Amino acid sequence: MQRYFISRLVQSVLLLFGVLLLVFIMVRVTGDPATLMMPREASPEDVEAFREKMGFNDPTLVQFGRFISGAITGDFGNSLHFKTPAMPMVVGRLPATVQLALTGLVFAVVVGIPLGLVGGFNPGSVIDNIGRFLALLGQSVPNFWLALIMILYFAVRLQWFPSFGRDEWKSVIMPAFVLGLPVMGQIVRLTRSAVLEIRGEDFIRTAHSKGLMLRTIYTKHVLRNVAIPLVSVIGVQFGYMLGGSIYIEFIFSWPGMGQLLQQSIGWRDFPLVQALAVFTSAVVLGLNLLTDMAYAIIDPRIRYGK
Amino acid sequence: MENKDITTQRTSDSLLDVERTFKERLAYAGRFLWRDRSGVIGLVLFLIVVIAAVFAPQISPYDPLEQNLRDNKMPPAWSDGGSGDHPFGTDNLGRDSFSRIVYGARVSLTVGFFGVLIAGSLGLVIGAIAGYMGGRVDTAIMSIINLILSLPYLLFVVFIASVLGRSLLNVILIFGITDAPIFARVTRGEVLRMRESGYVESAISAGARWPRIIFDHILPNLIGPLITLATFEMSAMIFYEAGLGFLGLSVPPTIPSWGNMLAAGRKYLQAYPWIAAFPGLAIMFTSLGMNLLGDWLRDVLDPRLRRSRK
Repeated sequence: MQRYFISRLVQSVLLLFGVLLLVFIMVRVTGDPATLMMPREASPEDVEAFREKMGFNDPTLVQFGRFISGAITGDFGNSLHFKTPAMPMVVGRLPATVQLALTGLVFAVVVGIPLGLVGGFNPGSVIDNIGRFLALLGQSVPNFWLALIMILYFAVRLQWFPSFGRDEWKSVIMPAFVLGLPVMGQIVRLTRSAVLEIRGEDFIRTAHSKGLMLRTIYTKHVLRNVAIPLVSVIGVQFGYMLGGSIYIEFIFSWPGMGQLLQQSIGWRDFPLVQALAVFTSAVVLGLNLLTDMAYAIIDPRIRYGK
Repeated sequence: MENKDITTQRTSDSLLDVERTFKERLAYAGRFLWRDRSGVIGLVLFLIVVIAAVFAPQISPYDPLEQNLRDNKMPPAWSDGGSGDHPFGTDNLGRDSFSRIVYGARVSLTVGFFGVLIAGSLGLVIGAIAGYMGGRVDTAIMSIINLILSLPYLLFVVFIASVLGRSLLNVILIFGITDAPIFARVTRGEVLRMRESGYVESAISAGARWPRIIFDHILPNLIGPLITLATFEMSAMIFYEAGLGFLGLSVPPTIPSWGNMLAAGRKYLQAYPWIAAFPGLAIMFTSLGMNLLGDWLRDVLDPRLRRSRK
């Protein structure tokens, strides 16, 4: 098992290096990073001065070496907008994004798993149909649009929740719901089909024929096997929510990493965008690593196989 | 003769049965579609969107770009102050919302269709190479694919779009390239499964060369899973394109697209909510149709999954 973990760790570090390379290339893909980062109305002299100051005139390899050695120490240069180091600013936004994603995930899991279980054990029942309908809705409703509609009704008309910001505990409810809805849909579908599939397996029939109580079969044989795909999906979805809350943070002015990304793109503050991309990727990769480890611990087949 | 009857009967539930003619398969798919009503609904919704996109100039009552400031921010026809001239009302510049929704379908479907075409073609080639060659080639390709798939997707799409600038071609290329790994992974998995299955092995031992194996044995069996995936991915691309438009990173603001309409409507949300409401409903309509269609296609094209539905 140790060898498996170490190889996954090495893989993740390599992946992160790949991200650094990608982020480095991306701001140079249009040919001139200086024009990309300077305001459109900047004079040619200003752009030239900026190019010199940022070292964009050096050979690309030198620039890359500087970028990587800076990145290893967490130094992504100064934000062009704030004139302060980019990375600490990004890290400071992490708690808000984690709070939002975690609340959304808890909602998705707490509602999604029971609905999926009930649906899987009683296919065709009323609750099953409700669950499938909600899953379809969660998949089909554009969440950035749903956010607008909810602000209109629950914040402006009914005044139940604040429409933006992160000042009180009620602030997190609407954005977390909107962010969690598609994930909830996925969890319902996955749980339901996993239960249906496992119920049809031979070992469940054997358990029935042995005369085991239904409750024992469900908890010991079915639920344990359902947990395996669920753990991996929940891990992946949490990563998706951390990196995918851009729209939601934008609409609700939620002071997290997604909002900062949207703002820094508006300011053409690409050192900040780079720091955001690398940091978010690192968090997501770390999360995937943890998920894989949890997966290996629950499912011995992963550990011993391959 | 008698033998054949037994075979046909035994496998009467399998659409991919080689003994069936194309017409029989089509009839079977039709029957299956009818039994699963949600598939019918999905197909109808999707066809409405396609028709709107193709016949946009004929359907829309106004030029989607024509501004008429005198009639700006008119509510939809059924509410107070609305008129039958503008069924979905008008936006902040007095442009007819209905016409803009109809033309917006063109942008969405163009992005979805060409995005999936590029992603599917790239993914098919890469995945087939990985699955067929196996060994180190497979390991190398799959590591790169897993790298891309483990990244926060939306963040990089937003990042790339912000660097490249707003144009229809850029949006199509971004989705076409970033989505290819998903197609590659599915293709590779299917090819691997087929290579290990009996029929490819027996074709090889019967002396078939690789073009025959690929074109006669592997490609036809890839079509089902890939079409299903393409439906879901196209729906996702339409979704993400609108999201990019909402952030002001998709097609130029002069082009009527659902995302651009949402972005414009957001500013008037409190006083004139309908400006943002209709493009959102259009996205939902399309996405719902394609998801239902995709679910149905998966059931029809992949008999292995069918039992888990009912």
